Amino acid sequence: MAVYERNYKRYDGALTPLATRFLILPRYIFKDVFTSRWLLIFYVLSFIFPLICAIFIYLTHNLEFMKALPNFEMPDFLRIDAGFFERFLRFQGMWVFALTIFIGPGLVSKDLANNGLSLYLSRPFSRWEYVLGKLSVIAILLSPMTWMSGWFLMLLHSGYEEGNWIADNLGVFFGFFVGAWLWIIALGFLALAASAWVKWRAVAGFAMLAAVLGGSFFGSVLINNLFSTDYGHLLNLIVLIGRLWEGLLGLGGGSTSLPLSSAWVTYVAFLGLCGLMLHRKIRAYEVVG
Amino acid sequence: MEPVIQLDDLTVRFGKLEALSQLVGEFNGRAIGLLGPNGAGKTTLIHTLLGFYKPASGSARIFGKDLRREDKAVRSMIGYMPERDAFISGMSAVRFVCLMGELSGLPPRIALERAHEALYYVGLGEARYRPLETYSLGMKQRAKLAQALVHGPKLLFLDEPTNGLDPPARERMIRLIRDIRNAGDVHIILSSHLLRDVEECCEEVLILKAGRIAYYCNLAEERRADKKFLELELHGPSESYVDAARNLGIDCEADGRRRIKMVMPPEHSIRTLYELANEYSVQIRHLDYKRDSLQDIFDKAMRES
Repeated sequence: MAVYERNYKRYDGALTPLATRFLILPRYIFKDVFTSRWLLIFYVLSFIFPLICAIFIYLTHNLEFMKALPNFEMPDFLRIDAGFFERFLRFQGMWVFALTIFIGPGLVSKDLANNGLSLYLSRPFSRWEYVLGKLSVIAILLSPMTWMSGWFLMLLHSGYEEGNWIADNLGVFFGFFVGAWLWIIALGFLALAASAWVKWRAVAGFAMLAAVLGGSFFGSVLINNLFSTDYGHLLNLIVLIGRLWEGLLGLGGGSTSLPLSSAWVTYVAFLGLCGLMLHRKIRAYEVVG
Repeated sequence: MEPVIQLDDLTVRFGKLEALSQLVGEFNGRAIGLLGPNGAGKTTLIHTLLGFYKPASGSARIFGKDLRREDKAVRSMIGYMPERDAFISGMSAVRFVCLMGELSGLPPRIALERAHEALYYVGLGEARYRPLETYSLGMKQRAKLAQALVHGPKLLFLDEPTNGLDPPARERMIRLIRDIRNAGDVHIILSSHLLRDVEECCEEVLILKAGRIAYYCNLAEERRADKKFLELELHGPSESYVDAARNLGIDCEADGRRRIKMVMPPEHSIRTLYELANEYSVQIRHLDYKRDSLQDIFDKAMRES
C-alpha cells in the first residue's frame, strides 16, 4: 500500500518476536535523550575517571623509572587490587546516580501525564515488559560507565601483569560485575518508582534525591546517633550498597560494622518496595474501588 | 466462523461495586454500537476485553481466543482508540504511531511505512511531523485513530471517537469509521452515548444498563422487519381513547402525555382512529407514519430493563 493510496488494509506479514519487544522502548528513548547537548557532555565526562584509571594502570606497568626509584613502594590506595576497583565503583557510582537523576524522572511520568499507558498496554505488551523496557534504558546507559569500564581496566591490568590476574582474582572480577548491577538495578527501580508516582519531571528528580539524601540523614545521622547503633545505615542507600560491594569484593566491613546479611535483606526489601510502587501505578487505568 | 466477541457470564467487580453483571452473548456484527447511559458499563466492557480489568467470574473470548489464557494473542488482533486524551508528549505524530506499530509487532521499517500511511489515511499527512501536544482536539482524535489502525487489527475498539469534536470534524470522523467498516477487513466496536453516531456507523447495537445487557439487535433487521407505526398527538381525554383502541386490538404505547404510538392490525384503518376520536371527544392534532428509530429502541430498552 503506497503512502497516497488512502485505503485501510490489514497487515498479515511477519511479526517481531514477543520476547525482545521491550527493547523497542530504549531505542526510542535514546533518540530523545541524546538530543540534549548537556546530557551528552555529562555522559562523555563520566568516562574521564575510567580513562585516568587506564592511564594510571598503563603508567604503573610501563614507567621504568618508577620501578627504578630506590625504596619506591606503591601506596596502598594506588595498589591495583579489589580495593582499587571498589573505589572505582564508588566514584563511578556517584556519576551514574547523577545521570539517573537527569534521565530517570521522565521515563514513566511522560506516559502517565498524557494517559499514554493505556496505549502501550492495549497492545501485546505487558506491564512488566513496559517496566523492563524502561529499566533497560537505565541499564544500557549505565553499564559502560560501571562494569564495562571496570572490566576493561581489569583486562588491561591483567594484560600487563605476569600470569593471569583475572583467573587469580575471579571473585573480584565477578563481584565487581554483580556489584555494579546491584547499583544499576537499585537506581533504575528508584527512578521508575519516583517517575511513576510524581508526574512532574523536576519534582520526580527531587524525590529521587530526597530518597537518597533524606535516607542518609535520617538513618546515618539521626538513628545512629540517637540509638548508638550502626543499623541506621540500612536507610542510607549509599552506605548500604557500599557494604554490599565490600562483601562482593571480599574486603570485609571496612566502612561500617553493618552485618552483610542485613544489608542484603534491606536491599531486597528496597527493590520490593519500589516494585510494589510500580505495581500500583503502572496500569492502563487507575480503578477507584 | 468464530464469533467476534463471546461473553459467558462475564462479571467485573471493583471492590463491592459490580460494574458488569453476568453478561452473556455472542456478537458477530461488522460494526457493533455499544450504547448506554453514563455508568452503564460501556467503557468497563471495552477495558475488560482489552485485558485491563480481570473478570471476577465468567469469561470472554475474542475470535475464539480466551481473554485470560491468550491475552497477548487477543491484544495483537485489537486496535484501541481510548476516550480520553492519550499520547506521548515530545513525540511527533509519525514517531508516535510508528512506536505503537512496533509495539504491536510490526518490524521497524514496515511500522514507519504504515505510520505514514495511517496518518495520511486519517487526514494528518501534512501535520505528521508536528509534536502531538501542538495538535487540536480533532487532530489528536485522528492521531489516536491512526495509532489504533497502524498494525492492521482485526477488531477495532473506538471509545467515544467523536467526543468534543465540532460538526465538520465529527462528520469527518464518522466518514472515516464508515470507510474502515466498508473496507471489510476489520470489525468495529463503537462505544458512544451519541445515538446518531451509532446509527450512522453500526449494523448491530448492544445496549447496556447498570452493567447488564438491556438489548441487542441488528439495526438492519429491525429496519427490514418494517415495524411501521403511527404516531399520534392528541388533545383531550387520551387515556380513555387509548383504552378503547386497545380493546379493538390496536397495539398502543403512550410515550408521553399526549404522544401515542400505534401499530394497526390489518383489519383496521386510520378511519377507525378518527371514529374513536369522535366517540371520545378527542382531537387528533398530528398523525404520521413512522419507523422505530434507534432513539425508540434505546428508550424502550431503558424502560423495559
